[in-house]
Amino acid sequence: MNTMDRRRFLELCGLGGGAVFASALAGCSSLGAAKSADAADFYFVQLSDVHWGFRGPENPDPTGTLPKAIAAVNALPRQPDFIVFTGDLTHTTDDPEERRRRMAEFKGVAAALKVPTVHFMPGEHDASLDRGAAFQEYFGATHYTFDHKGIHFIVLDNVSDPGARVGTEQLEWLKADLERQDKDAPIVLFTHRPLFDLVPKWDWATRDGAQVIAALMPYRNLTVLYGHIHQEHHHLTGHIAHHSAKSLMFPLPAPGSQEKRTPLPWNPAVPYQGLGFREVDAEPRTARLAIQEFPVVAT
Amino acid sequence: MKRRDVLRCLGGVAVALPLLELGVGHVRAAEGEGRVIELEARRFRYTPNEIHARAGETLTLAIRSVDFVHGFSMPELGLRSDLPPGRVTRIRLADLPVGRWTFLCDNFCGEGHEEMNGMLIVEA
Ligand SMILES: [Cu+2]
Repeated sequence: MNTMDRRRFLELCGLGGGAVFASALAGCSSLGAAKSADAADFYFVQLSDVHWGFRGPENPDPTGTLPKAIAAVNALPRQPDFIVFTGDLTHTTDDPEERRRRMAEFKGVAAALKVPTVHFMPGEHDASLDRGAAFQEYFGATHYTFDHKGIHFIVLDNVSDPGARVGTEQLEWLKADLERQDKDAPIVLFTHRPLFDLVPKWDWATRDGAQVIAALMPYRNLTVLYGHIHQEHHHLTGHIAHHSAKSLMFPLPAPGSQEKRTPLPWNPAVPYQGLGFREVDAEPRTARLAIQEFPVVAT
Repeated sequence: MKRRDVLRCLGGVAVALPLLELGVGHVRAAEGEGRVIELEARRFRYTPNEIHARAGETLTLAIRSVDFVHGFSMPELGLRSDLPPGRVTRIRLADLPVGRWTFLCDNFCGEGHEEMNGMLIVEA
């Protein structure tokens, strides 16, 4: 298992129930449990911020990066139960036809994934200029739920409103869905933007995110996975953990580390640096999740 | 930083929320409007995008948006407003604290939205 050394392994104790995410393999009890081949344990892959259609010096391989990531996912020795793309599938454009062309192309490239079940959701680049119209034509609903092996998954749309609001109607829908869940049920919520105020002056926030988080608070085993900020980041609001994923086009600077949120330059010495995808191992019985980060190309 | 912390550390700074709520075009050059600075909001730029002021000063930004319902947000000062196109939106900033305060468009307006921002520099 020498690949294991390369991976960063992150355990989320009690699926957000504890304030700890150990960043080392040592003490990761869920790993042992996962190896016991409990039928209910599974894993899925999160891909994010593909920005299909982007052109710029920040990525000299804009049409090759996603296929390389897909090849890496297809090469995983055991295939995940499903894949989720957490938004910004395409890079924005003013031209509605071009937007649809990018979505069709992206969909064609993503079809190379061997895993049959793929869940899509929009980012602001996909949906904010037409309130999600083109996205819905190609990928269906922008918010929905599904259940898998004992875990309840919620996809929340905080991008179809150009003002980054979830909105009253969707908030009521969310509350009604949560109402049907046990307070201890393992729940994973996918969204694009951070629900908390990460860096509002970089537009890294959701305008009514505080109301969403208030609705989530009664649930003891709920974790949020999101994208938008093009890097791995871990944050707690009370007992709820929020984990952002890397991009597959260009990385962005650490939150608030500089005045402006300009993309990080391509590093020719280390191509695809800062880009990648993640595995999320789920153990529904104990409500544990563990995250492993992967680079686009193995080094 | 949480908004209430900012408000706390800003102490006596009163942000003219009633003025914002009254919205656009209704606000006359009222008493206490202070120095008026005209801005244009256009995809994907505010002009000017750097404003200088003195500590304790009261300013009114008169922002004309020309092409989109851009946003004007100063998260560190806890205020924001939509900027409907074709109108002038007036935003009063009272008793300004020393600092570099970012303002940005917080309504996604296209490719370049991420660069639509500016800085209010308040010196002692
Ligand atoms: Cu704008």
